[in-house]
Amino acid sequence: MEDLRLMKGNEAFAEAAIRAGCDGYFGYPITPQSEVMEYLMKERPENRTGMVVLQAESEVSSINMVYAGAGCGKKVMTSTSSPGYSLMQEGISYIAAAELPCVVLNVVRGGPGLGTIQPSQSDYFQATKGGGHGDYRLIVLAPSSVQEMADFVPMGFDLAFKYRNPVLVLADGVIGQTMEKVVLQPQRPRLTEEEIRKNTPWATVGKSIDREHNIVTSLDLQAASQEKHVLHLQEKYREIEAAESRCEMIKCEDADYVLVAYGSSARICQKAVDLLRAKGVKVGLLRPITLWPFPSKEVKELATRVKGFMSVEMSLGQMVEDVKLAVEGKVKVEFFGRCGGIVPAPEEVVHAVETKLL
Amino acid sequence: MSSNICTPENLVYKKTSLLTDKVMHYCPGCGHGTIHRALMEVVDEMGLQDKTIGIAPVGCSVLAYDYMNIDMQEAAHGRAPAVATAIKRLMPEKFVFTYQGDGDLAAIGTAETIHCCNRGENILMVFVNNAIYGMTGGQMAPTTLEGMKTATSPYGRDVEKVGWPLRITEMVAQLNGVWSASRHTVHTPAAVMKLKKALKKGIEDSMAGKGTCFVEVCSSCNSGWKMSPVEANKWMAEHVLEYFVPGDIKVDGKMVR
Repeated sequence: MEDLRLMKGNEAFAEAAIRAGCDGYFGYPITPQSEVMEYLMKERPENRTGMVVLQAESEVSSINMVYAGAGCGKKVMTSTSSPGYSLMQEGISYIAAAELPCVVLNVVRGGPGLGTIQPSQSDYFQATKGGGHGDYRLIVLAPSSVQEMADFVPMGFDLAFKYRNPVLVLADGVIGQTMEKVVLQPQRPRLTEEEIRKNTPWATVGKSIDREHNIVTSLDLQAASQEKHVLHLQEKYREIEAAESRCEMIKCEDADYVLVAYGSSARICQKAVDLLRAKGVKVGLLRPITLWPFPSKEVKELATRVKGFMSVEMSLGQMVEDVKLAVEGKVKVEFFGRCGGIVPAPEEVVHAVETKLL
Repeated sequence: MSSNICTPENLVYKKTSLLTDKVMHYCPGCGHGTIHRALMEVVDEMGLQDKTIGIAPVGCSVLAYDYMNIDMQEAAHGRAPAVATAIKRLMPEKFVFTYQGDGDLAAIGTAETIHCCNRGENILMVFVNNAIYGMTGGQMAPTTLEGMKTATSPYGRDVEKVGWPLRITEMVAQLNGVWSASRHTVHTPAAVMKLKKALKKGIEDSMAGKGTCFVEVCSSCNSGWKMSPVEANKWMAEHVLEYFVPGDIKVDGKMVR
């Protein structure tokens, strides 16, 4: 029977973590994502599945706990919001370099600096172009509903382990705080040590006599072998780009113009599309589900048959750069965005389309 | 005379198989090699190789994982206690230790050190204090002595400007989560034996869930101190150990100093 609940995005993420067979959550409170850890603490997953939940002394510490757990082949995760995510960059760079699987949730709030606790999408560059030091990429998933907040946890772990790469779920304050109905997936069992030794033979779970000692590190002092390692990572990223780009296209078949928006901006744009179509303007919506890899192929294909694009973001123009890169100047690419924690109304998007795009 | 002197009757020492055959990068005279050996001999004697996960720091001993024949993780600078926390929480039946220098444990990782100890994580923390940043070329450490010259205190540590050498072992000993805290050296054979005893008890107690077991080892850094190995050991005994006094600080949950 379907397990249907009414939940906040943050709560759905937490419940989905338990059900995904997650072994450990390490976090630090920050608005607007604190409900993730609050839910987990209240739910006592140690009694349900044996999952460990620990409040760390900082985001610096919690991401390093994630590094550690991932290095042991465990399914581990953390969640935070923008300023905390900035603090995690060092650890995420180490995790990407050491090729460790994990899931990180950033419920984005308005920046820069301490900024505001209101929703924003101004961490797109940080999420998709790096954030920490060095040549690395994260797989970035952008949920636009509470349902996707739940679904992207098991999907995130699957991708993370498939590619031995950290997965970032880039939500925003609207998705984290909104209550919606959500269908929860059944409980997956946590892996046993035997399964971990078999599935992730690189994991540091104690040296057995049948193998060499395992080392989890991101250090290579020899330039030649470090270059080889970075090239290996690049090869993996190319493979991910080819196989894992995802997006949703709404009313694009006959569209003259296409809005590009993710997360809660995509929800707003869905309404704007309906309002514009009621006025006789043929508009569609392309919603990237993976922000990295960006659905460039789909945008490129649309650019051969539409008159223009508009990237709609709760930032001052970040994803628009990826849209432009994909469009390659074939048609015009406009931008509309609000920032500082302001969530635009569909009518504002309609107005922007009418004044900038048409 | 036979050229082969490696005959069974001549063997007085055998390297533990828990040390690899890799040539250590440590400077001649450095204490790290001795401390690595002491720790791995104890783990070997206790038959814990398959249950042990060690955490290497950033600093001179960053490559400890190349020498210790056990599963290891290399932590970001100062984060070893956070790394060890998660591993022990996720696999409570394992023996987990951190191996950290003074810059790692007592400067950049102070928050991780204090909170790990305060939570009473059931791990062993091995803190190697040589009063200097060795790997980066001999800069001032939180444990550099007053008046001691380093690359970033070329006229001697001025405590009025940069504070006093930090006795972090005495600090963490105050925390309820810490079960034991002691300070050792490796500049004499007797001191090495004492250290091994402390390491063994630390492993036993942390495995038994008593809390955090904290073992500081004062070690000389002749390269950083710009002395010969012999001079460095002498200087350490005369100056470092006067400020960082060896011995037990907390035993079985009780302060003894």
